[in-house]
Amino acid sequence: MKAVLPGKGKKAKAAATEEIWNLRLYVAGQTQKSITAFANLKKICEEHLAGKYRIEVIDLLKNPQLAKGDQIVAIPTLVRKLPEPLKRIIGDLANTERVLVGLDIRSVSG
Amino acid sequence: MVKARRDVDVLEKCPTGIKGLDEITKGGLPRGRPTLICGSAGSGKTLFAMEFLMRGAMDCGEPGVFMTFEETPKDLAKNFISLGFDLPDMMSRSLIATDHVYIERSQIEETGEYDLEGLFIRLGNAIDSIGAKRVVLDTIEALFSGLSNAAIIRAELRRLFHWLKDRGVTAIVTGESGDKLLTRYGLEEYVADCVIFLDFRIEDQISTRRLRIVKYRGSSHGADEYPFLIDESGLSILPITSLGLDYPVSTERIATGVPKLDAMLDGKGFYRGSTILVSGTAGTGKTSLSATFADAACRRGERCLYFAFEESPSQIIRNMGSIGIDLARWVKKGLLKFHSARPSLYGLEMHLVTFHKIINEFNPQVFIVDPISNLSAAGAASEVKSILTRLIDYLKMKKISTFLTDLTHFGGSLEHTSEEISSLIDTWLLLRDIELKGERNRGLYILKSRGMAHSNQIQEFLLTNQGIDLVDIYTGSGEVLTGSARAAQAAGERASELTNRREVERRLRDQERKRNALETKIAALRAEFDVETEEVHLMAEEEQKRQAVLAEDRLEMAHLRKGKPSAPRALRPKKKRERRSR
Repeated sequence: MKAVLPGKGKKAKAAATEEIWNLRLYVAGQTQKSITAFANLKKICEEHLAGKYRIEVIDLLKNPQLAKGDQIVAIPTLVRKLPEPLKRIIGDLANTERVLVGLDIRSVSG
Repeated sequence: MVKARRDVDVLEKCPTGIKGLDEITKGGLPRGRPTLICGSAGSGKTLFAMEFLMRGAMDCGEPGVFMTFEETPKDLAKNFISLGFDLPDMMSRSLIATDHVYIERSQIEETGEYDLEGLFIRLGNAIDSIGAKRVVLDTIEALFSGLSNAAIIRAELRRLFHWLKDRGVTAIVTGESGDKLLTRYGLEEYVADCVIFLDFRIEDQISTRRLRIVKYRGSSHGADEYPFLIDESGLSILPITSLGLDYPVSTERIATGVPKLDAMLDGKGFYRGSTILVSGTAGTGKTSLSATFADAACRRGERCLYFAFEESPSQIIRNMGSIGIDLARWVKKGLLKFHSARPSLYGLEMHLVTFHKIINEFNPQVFIVDPISNLSAAGAASEVKSILTRLIDYLKMKKISTFLTDLTHFGGSLEHTSEEISSLIDTWLLLRDIELKGERNRGLYILKSRGMAHSNQIQEFLLTNQGIDLVDIYTGSGEVLTGSARAAQAAGERASELTNRREVERRLRDQERKRNALETKIAALRAEFDVETEEVHLMAEEEQKRQAVLAEDRLEMAHLRKGKPSAPRALRPKKKRERRSR
């Protein structure tokens, strides 16, 4: 499990008081799809949620018991833990438009 | 080495523990392979899968994983409880692991390439956590409705089944039946080893569950549709079509409860384990005869199972009390068990399954169905015959004496059962109405009785407050009489017999008198004769005396004539005689 904390710069403080986007990316080993998904996610977050997001990558090969709790079926799966409600996005996140819809990012930025 | 080869040659089977299924599949499901259970909604797929897991965990020591895509763990536990299994307890004992896979399409956004590795990981984790040998996926089709990319799902399913085989678990995958395919999404394409189809159909508003093994690669199996039952003890499947005609027979005889009927049956009654049919029109005493037979069985200390399709047990007990048969005490003693059900309550096969179930539980020596003709209300004649054939075969196998009654309808031939089962019957008694001189009476005769010399007489069948009695029917002077006509005839005969007897007696008395008179006469004659004889004797005696006196007188005279002997006088008559002879 590794966490990517983007908390750098001036915006970090403001974000902490506002809303932190807590995202979890479930993968199973270092597969091509997982790597692509992580790269895509990072890019989208930097563009739309700069400074107010946190990504947790969970490797189910190492922690298989975690799959049950978050109802993971497909790999990779991105779960928006916060803000509520919980959202699930599956796939390698190649379709940016759908990721934004899935995460409900439009309304936040807009 | 040999063992390894055998593993290759012979498909190893995994017993399901479901009653009857292991017999049909000759050992169970293919071990280490997935089996598809398909059927429409409510056909019992989940229950089948549940029982497979539970029996495995409880009886075979094989823990199992239940992965559900439809029901929450709470609902699942409730379902298990309905079968008498305590799911939380079994989970705490690491016998069962469950996983509820919840996929809600509206909450999932698909954004590119993915696979179902998460599912594999979850399943693998669950299997490893308890060392599972059995796996149920109920129903994996939910993936198709939850995810939109069918191409991915299909590819992943193919991989999943391979993976399950590699893991060596015996798996059950359930699937909803589709229009053209066995399952809506064509799961049978992936599960190629064993496919079982559960059918739930309604005919004439009566539902029947049936099970069929569509395919079983590498094994022979029963190919018919088998009825099955779902109740509080799970599924019961009947492998009854597989019975043959090789049941054991008994030469023991059992009493019918009516001594005169025993007498008609070679003096000894029915054979134990034989099938007896009593047919007759309404009100001819079929139930009374059944109850008498039941009573006789209980008197011998045997267990008797009584299936009543027309009356409730208490009504039968009350009615039989009126002919002096107390059935209530046998019920109290546990020797007699009633089972009452309307024939239309459920389908034919359910009836058969119920028969089996209760017979197995109660283990009777005598089994009565009153009447079988009502079964035709629950199915077509051909089906009734097939059901009864299977039932009778089963009962013969268990050496249970079977007593069936059959209601013959007015107008139909009496020697004909509506179910056409006469060929299955060993002893066939016919009860019939005899209408004569303005009254109706009951008659009984034996239509056939295999293996014994039986009476060919029609007997009048009487219901008295002391039970059933049989009376010879009057057949004299060219007509058959029953009831009061028979009684009147008998009375008339008794009267004329009395008259005859009187006449004879009178004649005898006459003759006696004559003999007496004759004897008196003889006595009188004899007396007269005696008197005469005596007189004659007396006369003779007197003559003798007189002669003696004469001789004496002569001697005296001779003496008086100077004592000359009388010899010269004696010579004289001698000379006279000589002269005469010349």
